[in-house]
Amino acid sequence: MAGTALRGRLTWQIAMVDTVTDETARVRTIVLDVPQWPGHRAGQHLDVRLTAEDGYRAERSYSIASAPGEPVAITVERLDDGEVSPYLTQELRAGDELELRGPIGGYFVWEPEDDGPLMLVAGGSGIVPLRAMLRHRQRSGSAIPARLLYSSRTLPDVIYQSELSRYADGVEVTCTLTRQQPPGWTGRAGRVDAKLLSEVCWPAAVSPLAYVCGPTSFVEAAAAGLVGLGYPPHRVKTERFGATGGR
Amino acid sequence: MSPVSRGFRRRRLPDAEPGRVPPGQYVTGDFPVLSAGPTPRTALQNWTFSITGGGEPRSWTWEQFRALPAESVTADIHCVTRWSKLDTRWEGVSIDTLLDQVEHHAGFALAHSDGGYTTNLPLQDVTGGRAWVAFGYDGEPLEPEHGGPARLLVPHLYFWKSAKWVRSLELLDADEPGFWETYGYHMYGDPWLEQRYAGD
Repeated sequence: MAGTALRGRLTWQIAMVDTVTDETARVRTIVLDVPQWPGHRAGQHLDVRLTAEDGYRAERSYSIASAPGEPVAITVERLDDGEVSPYLTQELRAGDELELRGPIGGYFVWEPEDDGPLMLVAGGSGIVPLRAMLRHRQRSGSAIPARLLYSSRTLPDVIYQSELSRYADGVEVTCTLTRQQPPGWTGRAGRVDAKLLSEVCWPAAVSPLAYVCGPTSFVEAAAAGLVGLGYPPHRVKTERFGATGGR
Repeated sequence: MSPVSRGFRRRRLPDAEPGRVPPGQYVTGDFPVLSAGPTPRTALQNWTFSITGGGEPRSWTWEQFRALPAESVTADIHCVTRWSKLDTRWEGVSIDTLLDQVEHHAGFALAHSDGGYTTNLPLQDVTGGRAWVAFGYDGEPLEPEHGGPARLLVPHLYFWKSAKWVRSLELLDADEPGFWETYGYHMYGDPWLEQRYAGD
C-alpha cells in the first residue's frame, strides 16, 4: 500500500466557473478555470468553500470529473436537504467565483501504468471519479481493457449517458436500472448483486484492478461481491459517501 | 479575501451549542462509512490484538481481550470529510490497560488493521484515558462496516485515526506516516485546528 507522497501545502485559491452543464435533472457538471491548478490524477477529489454574505462558510469535497490535463470539472448531485449542492446545481453560473483547493487523495486513483484489466463499478453519482479514469484511459491512448458496471435508479438518472454510450475500443459499459426500466431497455435490471457481478465483471483469473464508488450500502455489497468472486481485497479500491445531506 | 457566493446562505440550523462542533464540521445523525477497500471479516477465533515494538511483544486472544476491564465512553466524533456525530456511545478497553502490560519507552504508535490500513499517533494521545480499543457501539457489538470486531477509538482526533479492524499497535521511537498520512492527510489531525491535510 505504498503511496505517492503528497506533501505540499494545499492552499485555497479562487477559481472561475467556465461552464455549467446539466447531466440529469439533479446533476450538474461545473467546469472551472483554476489558474494555479497543479494538475491532478484520475480519481482524486477537491474541496470547495462557499462564503455567504454574512460570512457563514461551508466546505465540501467533490470528486474531480475530468481527466488529468483537462480543465478541472466537478459533477455535483443535488441533495434536497443539502446546503452546498443546491447552490452548486441551481445558483452557480458561468463567470462566478469559487474557492477551492486540491487535488486531494492518492489511493483511489488509476494510472495507465497500473497492471491488469480495469473493472469499474459505480452506483449513482459514484460514476464521477470513474468517468475521470475512463477519460484518462482514452486520452492517454491506453490499450488496457476496461469494463464499467453502472447502477442507476432510472434511465433519466444516468449521468454522462451519451458519453458512456460512445465508448468502444476496449471499453465495455453495462448499465443496470434498479427502479424502473423503459420499454425496450436492453441493459440490466435490478441491483448489483453477486450474480450480476459474476456475469459482468472480469474473472479474477485475469488479475483485474477494481474501483468501486457509490453510496455506502452499494459499495459494501459490490466490494464484498468482488471479493467473493476471488478478487484479492487489495485489488478492490473503494470510495464511499455516506447517506447524509453533506455532499 | 474569500469571494461572496451570490445567493448562498446558511440553510442548516446551527447544529449544536456554540463551541461543541469543530470548525468546518456539520452534525449528522447517521453514521457514515468511509474506507479504502472491502470490509474485512475476521472470525473471532482467529482474532488477536498485539502490541509490538516494546520490550516483549504482547498479544491477546478475543477471550483474553474481552476479559480485560472495559469502559463505557460517550464522545463526539469528527470525520475529516466534515461530518461530526455527537454523544456516540462506545464500549472498549483503554489503551492504558493494554500498555500497562508492556515495557516500553516509545514516543509514537502505528496502528495496523486487517486489510493493511495503518495510522500513526503520538503515544501521549493514546494514553491518559483518551483512547480505547472499542468492541461495542450503542449497546451492541461493533458492526463490521464500522470496524468490528474492534476498532481504535481516539475521539479527540479526526476519525481516520480511529482505525477500523485494528489488530495491533506498533510502538515506535519516531513518528511514521500511516495510510492516509502518506496520501497527504495531516500527520496529527486535530479537528479543532482543522488539521485535515499536510501543512494545515
